Amino acid sequence: MAKQSHPALDRRAAVAALLRDRGDLLVVTGLGSPSYDVHAAGDTDANYYLWGAMGAAALVGLGLAQGRPDRTVLVITGDGEQLMGLGGLATIAVAKPKNLVIAVVDNGHFGETGMQESHTARGIDLAAVAAACGFVDTRRIEDMAGVEAARGALHRPADGPRLFLLKVKAENLPRSMPARDAVHLKNRFRAHLGLPVN
Amino acid sequence: MQTGSSTRPETDKKDRSEGAASPAADTASPGWPLELYRTLKAAGVRQVSYVPDAGHAQLIKLFEADAEVVSNLLTTEEEGVAIAAGAWLGGLRSVLLLQSSGVGNCINMLALATISRFPLLLLVTMRGEWAEFNPWQVPMGQATEPALNAIGVRTFRADTPADLLDAVSSAITLAFEADQQIAVLISQRMIGAKKW
Repeated sequence: MAKQSHPALDRRAAVAALLRDRGDLLVVTGLGSPSYDVHAAGDTDANYYLWGAMGAAALVGLGLAQGRPDRTVLVITGDGEQLMGLGGLATIAVAKPKNLVIAVVDNGHFGETGMQESHTARGIDLAAVAAACGFVDTRRIEDMAGVEAARGALHRPADGPRLFLLKVKAENLPRSMPARDAVHLKNRFRAHLGLPVN
Repeated sequence: MQTGSSTRPETDKKDRSEGAASPAADTASPGWPLELYRTLKAAGVRQVSYVPDAGHAQLIKLFEADAEVVSNLLTTEEEGVAIAAGAWLGGLRSVLLLQSSGVGNCINMLALATISRFPLLLLVTMRGEWAEFNPWQVPMGQATEPALNAIGVRTFRADTPADLLDAVSSAITLAFEADQQIAVLISQRMIGAKKW
């Protein structure tokens, strides 16, 4: 079980720091606050935002990472979203993508639905789960120095999938909302990669 | 099973040994999985995701042995819907192999494909509809097609290998050229009842 702690990370600052000088990073976001965090850090066609399909984010990242092995794919999602896709960590671990990093913005709560506690507030450690599955680099990050170190690692090659757990304060920040039209988001992202619209 | 119209139980018994690993299964293996594999490869499919299923056993073996195709072993079927969406974002054509019971696991995730108009190709082996001995397979088997249709996935039924290859060819065009979400339902009558 995870140790009890009082994380001080501000989620917007942590996500913005992780995305600083992002280069050719491709980003997939989980529904809710992670989508707002990434949008607040700066919208770009290299971002693909999910507004639903809870549990999908890391696996959309896997499919994309397999389609574009030449690019690093960063999935930024929440603890609730990743908990729903817990089996997906096993699927990703056996697929062994070298270019996939999952960053879980973990506030220990279901922020979109009334701030109910999630499993991570009750002892489940998603970084330990990923490590047990065989992720090659798992980190529990509780300060900005840790975020900076993770950002550096993000842009270096790895031998397999990685998961960075960002322990952030539970707070409802003003929403920074990307477009919701799903076909637009799909085509915009594909156009960024030079892929045509059917 | 060479003809695919396995209406005689004794034919089923001979051809449907459990799993594809036994020599008996290999020598008696039907030709349609190989044809299906060739059709999917020719259409440019380069990613496959699956939850293991006896009806898809040979197709899974063919894809797993193919270095040009990325294979993903799933813990639950809806993962494959998300993986296929990500693949298309990166320019890769994907197919998801599952059993009818797995369709039930996918329903909310299929909204990702339908609302985004992601190309989606599901090959579903049916249970619970023909000579099914396990009653637990029946409810989802009966609900598979209406459930898929309700969430916006179009369905083709295949009762013979010829039907199947036609349906998959059509589904490939509809999915990858017309951004549709298509499930080809492979009948239990064609695959044969499960042998215990």
